[in-house]
Amino acid sequence: MFGFSLGISETYMNILVKTLEWATLNIEQANAEEEKVNASACNGLIQRENRSMEKELEELRRSRPKPPVGGDFTFSDCFYFTRRGIESIVDDEVTQRFTSEELVSWNLLTRTNNDFQYISLKMTLVYGLGIFVRYCILAPLRITLACIGLTWLVIGTSAVGFLPNCRVKFWLSEWVHVMCYRICARGLSATICYHNRENKPKKGGICVANHTSPIDIVILCNDGCYAMVGQVHGGLMGIVQRAMVRSCPHVWFERLEMKDRHLVTKRLKDHVNDKTKLPILIFPEGTCINNTSVMMFKKGSFEIGATIYPVAIKYDPKFGDAFWNSSKNSMVSYLLRMMTSWALVCNVWYLPAMHQQEGEDAVNFANRVKSAIAHQGGLVDLQWDGGLKRAKVKDTFKEQQQKKYSSMVVGDDSSSNSD
Amino acid sequence: MGSSSSSLSNVPNSQELLQETGFSAAHLLRLYERFQFLDKDNKGHLRSEDFEAVRELSENPIGDRIVEAFFLPGQETVDFPSFVRVLAHFRPKEKNRTREGAQQEPEPANSRNRKQIDGKISRVELLQVLREMLGMPVTEEQLQSIAERAIQEADLDKDDAISFDEFRKSLEKVNIDHKMSIRFLK
Repeated sequence: MFGFSLGISETYMNILVKTLEWATLNIEQANAEEEKVNASACNGLIQRENRSMEKELEELRRSRPKPPVGGDFTFSDCFYFTRRGIESIVDDEVTQRFTSEELVSWNLLTRTNNDFQYISLKMTLVYGLGIFVRYCILAPLRITLACIGLTWLVIGTSAVGFLPNCRVKFWLSEWVHVMCYRICARGLSATICYHNRENKPKKGGICVANHTSPIDIVILCNDGCYAMVGQVHGGLMGIVQRAMVRSCPHVWFERLEMKDRHLVTKRLKDHVNDKTKLPILIFPEGTCINNTSVMMFKKGSFEIGATIYPVAIKYDPKFGDAFWNSSKNSMVSYLLRMMTSWALVCNVWYLPAMHQQEGEDAVNFANRVKSAIAHQGGLVDLQWDGGLKRAKVKDTFKEQQQKKYSSMVVGDDSSSNSD
Repeated sequence: MGSSSSSLSNVPNSQELLQETGFSAAHLLRLYERFQFLDKDNKGHLRSEDFEAVRELSENPIGDRIVEAFFLPGQETVDFPSFVRVLAHFRPKEKNRTREGAQQEPEPANSRNRKQIDGKISRVELLQVLREMLGMPVTEEQLQSIAERAIQEADLDKDDAISFDEFRKSLEKVNIDHKMSIRFLK
């Protein structure tokens, strides 16, 4: 709580790791007797060929010479599109990112149990004991801690807010914030490992990270103070937000203000230009992804012209699944799930600061930052928009495919009446 | 695996489908999960709107046609057995099946090219498919000349349409099984 640990959590984690290893060994032994276990940790049902359209169509056409007139079309071209289409229907790259990651081997939680087999009496006993420990011992403890943490946050920040603006206030506000987040982190049994702390975000910059769940905020704020950006909520969240603003400036928007992009950009710019204010924390994906990949970054935060501090967050799925599937779980049920998992283990990498280069536009800059984060965290770098969780695909993607295919069939003298 | 057959009992007509299609029990179960995922309102069958949930399909120029292939003529819904039967066409053939079995594959491809079930691909139908695949960048004249040449090459009995046999003949040299099959992981 005050920055040093009592050693209890280390012991707990050691026991946990040993138990899970033992469980994995047992499952594998049992499986080896029956069938071969699929060793690849892929999430899919089919194996997809990711070769480009050009290569595939060339192969299909190998048997024919190219005709002098009438384009380079053959019936076998349909095969390529048909196969891709059917593959998409069976399993597609994007949708699987919005469901929880599949584990290679079971981690003794009911919710990750896709394939339950009865292995041995010992396993079942350990599993039962695990349930008891998690629900009856750990969960109440964690819930209490979380409540204490939140209450302290509200009271502490309000109290600090009464002081006049001076250095003491600033220091106290930081202290209160970090302490509350530490309590909350303990409330989740979070074990966080920070790497490259020399690259920690500094004042007047923007910190961007990949988004898996609202818990990301707790994780990052355990190690430093950030200014939050978000919508004003009512209820409990609203109380917390108003309290936080009293002690140090955050950027909360009314719902109507969020539609006005210029207003949003202006407020963020003002905040960033004031060098005494804390770095802003933004999740440019805009939605929660399941921590196996990084989706398209929205360019808004990259247009402001401030220094960007990228951060990569990777959760270890063995101990608990941190992904918040907002269409499946409400916030409360998600928090309960978190509190009844084994633990939350994650790695946070601070990457060196990046600036927008001369002649680089916001979209390319955003992609560059995204690649750096994906590379560091070991995540797949996808071009798709996280907003596809809820919206339909734009026609531009289809047009791109059509354009590519046209240039193969008709060659370079196709009339270019597309943009 | 012992208990996966207990969840297989939730799958309609599972034993029948296993025998008919040759999918393994595990694959059938996964396909059923996928079917349920696409069937967002839990109706027990799919409509063409449900296929829009697949983002990558919207990117495919002939995406709509592929979806149509799942629906029997006149029907507006697809139930799970029909879903699986269509996908079964795309399983790679086992090595001990004869080459004759490979004729199954061009059938779905052919059905992409023709909307009316009259057994032949007419010039008009071919033009429609070409327009879908090529989109805006190609002019009307270019499209006509492509269709013209394709029909000339393949149309052996000179009736200005391509029958299923002519279609198959034009694909003689292509390894259909390799190109049209989807590799299901174990």
